[in-house]
Amino acid sequence: MSEKNRAVFTGKHFLSGDIACAEGALAAGCRFFAGYPITPATEIAERMARRLPQVGATYIQMEDEIASIAAVIGASYAGLKAMTATSGPGFSLMQENIGLAVMTEAPCVIVDVMRGGPSTGQPTMAGQQDVMQAKWGSHGDYEIVALTPSSVQEAFDLTIEAFNYAETYRVPVMVMMDAIVGHMWEKVIIPPADNIRIVNRNKPSVTPKEYMPFKPEKNLVPPMAVFGEGYRFHATGLTHEEDGRPRTESIKAQQRLVQRLCDKIRKNSDKIVQVKEIMMEDAEVAVVAYGIESRAALSAVRKARSNGIKAGLVRLVTLWPFPEKPIAEVAEKVKMIIVPEMNYGQLVREVERAAKATPVTFLPKLGEEPHRPEEIFEAIKGGKP
Amino acid sequence: MQAEIAHPLDVYLRETGMHHIWCTGCGNGILLNSFVTAMRELELNLDKIVVVSGIGCIGRIAGYINTDSFHTTHGRPIPFATGVKLANPELKVVVISGDGDLFAIGGNHFIHAARRNVDIKVICANNFNYGMTGGQQGPTTPLNISTATTPYGNIEHPFNLVHLAAGSGAVYVARWTTLHVRRLTESIKKALQKEGFSFIEVISQCPEIYGKSTKIGDAIDFMNWFKKASEIQNFSDPAKAEITPDRIPIGEFVDIEKPTYEKLLTEKIVQVQNKTQGGA
Repeated sequence: MSEKNRAVFTGKHFLSGDIACAEGALAAGCRFFAGYPITPATEIAERMARRLPQVGATYIQMEDEIASIAAVIGASYAGLKAMTATSGPGFSLMQENIGLAVMTEAPCVIVDVMRGGPSTGQPTMAGQQDVMQAKWGSHGDYEIVALTPSSVQEAFDLTIEAFNYAETYRVPVMVMMDAIVGHMWEKVIIPPADNIRIVNRNKPSVTPKEYMPFKPEKNLVPPMAVFGEGYRFHATGLTHEEDGRPRTESIKAQQRLVQRLCDKIRKNSDKIVQVKEIMMEDAEVAVVAYGIESRAALSAVRKARSNGIKAGLVRLVTLWPFPEKPIAEVAEKVKMIIVPEMNYGQLVREVERAAKATPVTFLPKLGEEPHRPEEIFEAIKGGKP
Repeated sequence: MQAEIAHPLDVYLRETGMHHIWCTGCGNGILLNSFVTAMRELELNLDKIVVVSGIGCIGRIAGYINTDSFHTTHGRPIPFATGVKLANPELKVVVISGDGDLFAIGGNHFIHAARRNVDIKVICANNFNYGMTGGQQGPTTPLNISTATTPYGNIEHPFNLVHLAAGSGAVYVARWTTLHVRRLTESIKKALQKEGFSFIEVISQCPEIYGKSTKIGDAIDFMNWFKKASEIQNFSDPAKAEITPDRIPIGEFVDIEKPTYEKLLTEKIVQVQNKTQGGA
């Protein structure tokens, strides 16, 4: 059996979201995992520790989450697809080097299985409290990509997509999975290796002498040489020129670099953003939800429909870049938007911003349980135009 | 007309990066010279060396050396280097950074990389203070020294880095000063050829900041101090290698053999793959 086939766990399986995520990484070509144990993400590390050696690849448990993401960036620069997985407290620690991955354009994937915070919070209880941290957690202006699965199948599928985006845009990509999806067991269908779409980073087409490590192509993404190939290039977390040289005193260099780092995601956001619209054709009330909440929302929308209310679901697959255009379009059509989240008000702010004049009702939820469909149904009914 | 003659070390230095930031008399240039001389004398393939640095004056060194190089955030060169080395074990991975970067903010990474015996080389320029930010107290600042943040004298005991490295499991540990250029270069050569976590501490002068706050003086005064206080104590007890104003124990302290992380990992992978294929 080839290494590629051994890496892809083809078949019909009953898996948890965490395990499906690890299998998605393997299928995507991930050959390096560095992590640190943390509930409720530990099962991803455990699966990787078991599976990576089987495909001749490296699992390493680091001394903390900062070291984990630093090692992932190192492995990425040495040419491997690399990932780490954590939960809120570890995600906080990683923010420093997530900024480094942004600045040095290191393709990598960070999985955050979200539990209840702040601080140590509720380690074994689910939450959706890190969705703003995914975007704003590191200092400075930047853009990343964050995806959020609502099923175990999607934990597998989106982890592959996360690697594909990371490689396409040379950006850290986050898989933001609430702990319910992470720990839930469901059927997963894993296709044969050849049926999985895999993207690999764009390599330089110029000689080492001509190579500029941060000179972008038309899509604003620079082709990436890796260490040891003879390009002998320099990368730094300092503001730098296209040739990699630090420029700490140039206003222009700062503007050029930071704008490009943001624009390579912003200007390509139409190619990145995914939302799933269900029963939205004639909807007058839209529920905008993600992760496990979207499943409660779907039940609520169905119930509303059977009660003669024209409700629909907009399920966010992409959290960042925020699906601004799709939400704005939905807001044009509907009279009201309802946003249930397992936090005290995070992504709803983005929805409100995109929805402009359309009223947005927020349903907060703290603690392990997502909203019950009835709670969302009541909100739909209450706000029925 | 006289043809321009290239310096034999030019090829080791990155042209675009060579507007260096170091002060006159700084020891970092000596360290850089020793390092590139070691590469030259070993005739290493520059395509297969990765130099990683952290933050601080010496952190800029990665940008000056004509190999693949990476300038990480503060304290993180060692875990970054670990990722590089494990992803491509055929690369020689060298971390060059300062005492604050490696032993204050990065201290945890240092002890764990040494414990794992990852095959990376760590060279620390120890100038006893945070030079770049203007001379604050750090993990190697001696007792009683006045710095920008210890205006009434330092009350923290400094690390004995040789002892720390040995205790953490490094297979090669040496300390030299910037006065001992030939010995330092030989030591770097040895580390570059040795398998396993190797550590070299380079006692380095910071005349512009530390020299002024301590009134040690200029680079020459530092050299005179190094000359007077240094004692070569090869393979003496690392615990007794504490630096005092009167005594800087230098030399090679540890040179042992131990399986590297990469070796054990590779063996494990072979074992697992044989078992998985057999059992499947």
